[in-house]
Amino acid sequence: MEVTISTAELLTTDGIPLKQSLRKAERRNKLRAFLLVFPLLLFIIVTFVMPIGDMLLRSVDDSQINSVFSNTFDEYKNWDKEADELPPEEVYKSLFFELANGDKRQIGKALTRMNYAKSGWKSLIKKTTREIKKIVKKGEEPVSYKDTFIKINKLWADPTYWYSFNQMVSERSSIYYWNAIDRTFDKDGDVVLQDEKRRMYMNTWIRTFKVSIYVTIFCLILGFPVAHLLANLPLRYSNLLMIFVLLPFWTSLLVRTTAWIVMLQQNGVINGILVWLGVISDDGRIQMVYNEAGTLIAMTQILLPFMILPLYSVMRVIPKSHMRAAQNLGAKPAMAFWRVYLPQTIPGISAGGLLVFVLAIGYFITPELVGGKDGKLIGSWIAYHLRTTLNWGLCAALGGILLGIMLIFYWLYNKIVGIDNIKLG
Amino acid sequence: MNDTSQSFVKFEKIDKSYDGEVLVVKNLNLDIAKGEFVTMLGPSGSGKTTTLMMLAGFETPTNGEIFLDTKPISKIPPYEREIGMVFQNYALFPHMTVAENLSFPLEVRKISKPDIKEKVQKALDMVELGNFGTRFPAQLSGGQQQRVALARALVFEPRLVLMDEPLGALDKNLREQMQYEIKHIHDRIGITVVYVTHDQSEALTMSNRIAVFNDGVVQQLSTPDILYEKPENSFVAKFIGENNTLNGVVKEVNGSSCTVELDGGFGMVKALKINVNEVGEKTQLSIRPERVSIDSSTSGSNNFSGKIEELIYLGDHIRARLDVCGNNEFIVKVPNEGSFSHKEGDQLNLSWDSEDVRALDI
Ligand SMILES: Nc1ncnc2c1ncn2[C@@H]1O[C@H](COP(=O)(O)OP(=O)(O)OP(=O)(O)O)[C@@H](O)[C@H]1O
Ligand SMILES: [Mg+2]
Repeated sequence: MEVTISTAELLTTDGIPLKQSLRKAERRNKLRAFLLVFPLLLFIIVTFVMPIGDMLLRSVDDSQINSVFSNTFDEYKNWDKEADELPPEEVYKSLFFELANGDKRQIGKALTRMNYAKSGWKSLIKKTTREIKKIVKKGEEPVSYKDTFIKINKLWADPTYWYSFNQMVSERSSIYYWNAIDRTFDKDGDVVLQDEKRRMYMNTWIRTFKVSIYVTIFCLILGFPVAHLLANLPLRYSNLLMIFVLLPFWTSLLVRTTAWIVMLQQNGVINGILVWLGVISDDGRIQMVYNEAGTLIAMTQILLPFMILPLYSVMRVIPKSHMRAAQNLGAKPAMAFWRVYLPQTIPGISAGGLLVFVLAIGYFITPELVGGKDGKLIGSWIAYHLRTTLNWGLCAALGGILLGIMLIFYWLYNKIVGIDNIKLG
Repeated sequence: MNDTSQSFVKFEKIDKSYDGEVLVVKNLNLDIAKGEFVTMLGPSGSGKTTTLMMLAGFETPTNGEIFLDTKPISKIPPYEREIGMVFQNYALFPHMTVAENLSFPLEVRKISKPDIKEKVQKALDMVELGNFGTRFPAQLSGGQQQRVALARALVFEPRLVLMDEPLGALDKNLREQMQYEIKHIHDRIGITVVYVTHDQSEALTMSNRIAVFNDGVVQQLSTPDILYEKPENSFVAKFIGENNTLNGVVKEVNGSSCTVELDGGFGMVKALKINVNEVGEKTQLSIRPERVSIDSSTSGSNNFSGKIEELIYLGDHIRARLDVCGNNEFIVKVPNEGSFSHKEGDQLNLSWDSEDVRALDI
């Protein structure tokens, strides 16, 4: 009761309710603030939210083929695969007319899509369409569409072709995601492993993870002492050191990667020195590039600054007196470091680790150039499908999985360390 | 000086230089007895923290040796010195709670869990923060953090506690309260304390003895009253308390006293001969404001007059700034007995006892 009375009495000197008056006064500020961030908001929407949203849509989108073969697919769903070996007559019939009357360009697109599901579709349908068009031209009406098809090409009697329809018959499907981890749909639409020769992504995913984790660990091991030095050296030395740390940012990524090839290859600088020193014999030159080792070495070097900088920014503000206080209280230097210094660097370690890891799992150019055959990461597959097979759905699914992994890590990080603890500079 | 058995901490001929060019501590000789509260007082940059750091083991003396309990400590690493320290910025570990901060020195000494708990609680109770064990340092006020730092420096029962301007960041009221509390704790547990400050009133109220530092040299080491009443050189006279100075030349030396002719021909002053040796030497006379009497032509051997430049009413006394013998910063404190009727611009007769004037270096 009293509360309502007191709120009712909250008026300004002019008798306008205080809240309303405050809102009015604040409205201008709010508007101004909004106008200030609006360009940024727009920029983020256009360059970040929309492309990613589009990508995520594509990764589940199969509407194009569904519009081309809508009748066929509808009939296909009625096929009882246990009872009949081949689809019912209706399916053949619908396909006949959809191939005969369909838009050529749309069919072409759909064929590319069908080939992702099973290679061989494209040529089979092309041949068949030619024959169908002839039949239509002659004005004949086939007695049995099924027999006509099989007469045109006996592959039409092979049920495995028909089973592959399972991967395409819904407009929104998760098939690309399953493909991205070497799974597919069998004849009942259940998720199964791909044929052995079509399994290629899981290995790459595992390698991508392995390399990313190693790179993160190596960056931490190499970056921690450097960051510590940077934070504790007198200013003029630390400035010089900082330039060395930042130097890679000012050099082209391509140049640095190529430099690593020069360094690491079998006739390269490092092997040369080792042979010259007599550590290895001339025929015992070590293969350090065009494999996983090359990817690891080059990526560690390239991503190192992303570990050093967050670490440095955290270490810089840890007062030197803390280590002294710990020792004064009786802790040996190692103990003081472990109990007092290290825990205070955790925001830096986790920020740097997260940054390096997230950059590493999506890395492309360097593994592509120095990775050879067994040092390529998942980014290579994305690029391959984007440029060569034009299988954008699969690209988007691979990208979507990457995005999901990042979000999971971000979530874990937030759970364990707390996102407010992140320190980037 | 040679009696090492008496002193608990002994600095012997300590020099310290960081860069090989400037000595920031010069020939420091200092003896501290067990249970004593010794303060190092001096202006900024005079080498106080450096001295403390050498004692704690974080800086090595360039020359000389420090003895603790008659043993030289240069070979003992900081973590074995058993010296507690309150750092200038407290240096509480921000990722540990107050209780964890306090347990830290006990844990590294491998003391059993229940004992740690008990000792931590006792230490927290001592600084009246018994209920704050689970808080983090960032959740405490400046004064509370200061007390935690103090408790942490004491909880492992060190032989000696060092405090480097522990109250520097506190406001005046809190500072005075904490001065009292630190002093109280010192009296209660009888620990030896080496305290650093550049606040002279803090030094005067807390210490058994004060070492006045300037330029890396101990200017005078003495009890607070002697420092105030009998400064041995003009730096100490000026640094501790309020001080009036008059410059002149020694004209006559007579045992422990001397006669000084003021510069500018203002007359002769009889003074104690403290830091001058022979006739003809330049000297600076030091007189405390409260030792100057006004309108009393009868007593005292030194009679002068001065023009009132400024009067400041301070309740219990009136502070008068006069122009005396060419020094227009001459301060006199007149007790407010209700009879003071002079105005600015008036001439006053002043006098002081020759025992209260000290002829010091210039
Ligand atoms: N690590 C260092 N390297 C070089 N010079 C130093 C270093 N630490 C202190 N100094 C110099 O030594 C001198 C004494 O410094 P110190 O810190 O002992 O002064 P302080 O008396 O504690 O002053 P404050 O009251 O300001 O704390 C100063 O001139 C300072 O510039
Ligand atoms: Mg200091």
